[in-house]
Amino acid sequence: MKKIEAIIKPFKLDDVKEALNEIGIQGMTISEVKGYGRQKGHKEIYRGAEYVVDFIPKVKIEIVVEASRVDEVVSKIQDAANTGKIGDGKIFVFPVEQAIRVRTGEKGKDAI
Amino acid sequence: MKLIGFTIAVLCLFFPCSSAVAADVLNTGDTAWMIVATALVMVMTPAGLALFYGGMSRYKNLLNTYAMTFVAYCLGSVIWMMWGYTLAFGPDQAGLVGGLGNMFLKGIGVNSLSGTIPTYVFVVFQMTFAGITVALVLGSVVDRMKFSSWIVFTVLWLTVVYSPICHWVWGGGWMSKMGALDFAGGTVVHINAGVAGLVLALVIGKRIGYGKEAMFPSSISLTALGAALLWFGWFGFNAGSELAADGVAASAFLVTNTSAAMGALAWMFTEWLVKKKPTVLGIASGVVAGLVAITPAAGFVGMSASLIIGLVAGVLGFYSVAVLKQKMGYDDSLDAFGVHGMCGVWGALATGVFANPAITDGAKGLVFGNPKQLWIQAISIIGTAGYTAIATFIVIQITRFITGGLRVDEENEILGLDNTLHGERAFEID
Repeated sequence: MKKIEAIIKPFKLDDVKEALNEIGIQGMTISEVKGYGRQKGHKEIYRGAEYVVDFIPKVKIEIVVEASRVDEVVSKIQDAANTGKIGDGKIFVFPVEQAIRVRTGEKGKDAI
Repeated sequence: MKLIGFTIAVLCLFFPCSSAVAADVLNTGDTAWMIVATALVMVMTPAGLALFYGGMSRYKNLLNTYAMTFVAYCLGSVIWMMWGYTLAFGPDQAGLVGGLGNMFLKGIGVNSLSGTIPTYVFVVFQMTFAGITVALVLGSVVDRMKFSSWIVFTVLWLTVVYSPICHWVWGGGWMSKMGALDFAGGTVVHINAGVAGLVLALVIGKRIGYGKEAMFPSSISLTALGAALLWFGWFGFNAGSELAADGVAASAFLVTNTSAAMGALAWMFTEWLVKKKPTVLGIASGVVAGLVAITPAAGFVGMSASLIIGLVAGVLGFYSVAVLKQKMGYDDSLDAFGVHGMCGVWGALATGVFANPAITDGAKGLVFGNPKQLWIQAISIIGTAGYTAIATFIVIQITRFITGGLRVDEENEILGLDNTLHGERAFEID
């Protein structure tokens, strides 16, 4: 099992969710996060005083899938979240040791 | 206030009486308008200014800014009735201050008249001016002043600073005798509040993190709404200062709106040019800059002059807050000095330049062949700024003594005053 963590532009969340639904990914966890990479922050001006806002709002998606599906899922996310502009985000893949469904106690791929 | 108030005050020099005994007849139209105008000016403080300032203060200090504004108006309301009015409009004492003859409105009754309106209306109208003037000062020191200190400061300042200056200009004091023109409060209200704010900001010191960390306004939408309410109330402030429903009031009404609009446009385009963004805060600030500058001139200048007055005010206001403040390094948090002080000075000078005798007889400026007026205006500016600077400094020191310091402690300042002082929060948004 692998965990895929994708940090994307917030307005792309629906596109990514639909794209993953199409290939049968049935669950995900998202959180609203802030950060910056190459996009850097933006500038706000109040009565002439300029403030740089470093951290830009992003959405983080977490999905756990069987290892065999990782490439497929990653490429779906990448396609759906792509705008071609700087700040589209990043995707990380981690190994997952175990998964347990709280209600039934099922383990491993049955739990995801 | 101008000539009628002046005439009454002069009469009082010859007859030891309250300002109510001029041989006038009540005019119902004037009275009706003045009651409405008074209510309009009232809205400027606990609604207009509270929102304007509150939206600019940080989210953790928004309610504290409201509280300071509300309490300033309430204290002003009470003090004015007890002793403020008589210090400003009581029998003249050597041109410096009003006597104590009208303490607790003694000697004024339902039949007393000031010009063509009941004195009661005049008293309340003037009270709303006292309330907003002291509230304007707090813009310089939001986010860090002790609430108790603000209360003591307000009481002392209204008594020692506002009331005498009001007497000088409108109560028959030395400035009106000298012929200074201030229709609705360029010196009394705006220069006075602006300079007092600057002194208070200098004494109290900068906010923790000023110039190093970003200090975001809590809500520009609240500030813009506040500016609109100020604009609305300002019709009562300026057109009401004629103390009658007549042609001069109409002219003041017209130039007030024109100058506000020009101020907003000028600030917006200047900022757009210099900082590449036409900000909403800039538009709202420009409205106020234009309104401040037209205030002393409202009943004296024509439409064309109001275009110039507003235009210069917008550019000057932007320069004051975006360039001058950064250069000088003081933390005038919401720019009471930058907007009210600087644009008030410009308005007072512009009155000396553009006053047109065809609008108010006897009020004649530079462009109508009376360069002396500009000189008189300059003296009135220096007199007001000088007195308020020194007297405010003394008031601050007394306040510091009474309340054991002026500033909240460091931890409360960082946590925010809404929670630590008032036990509340402005927003519950999650």
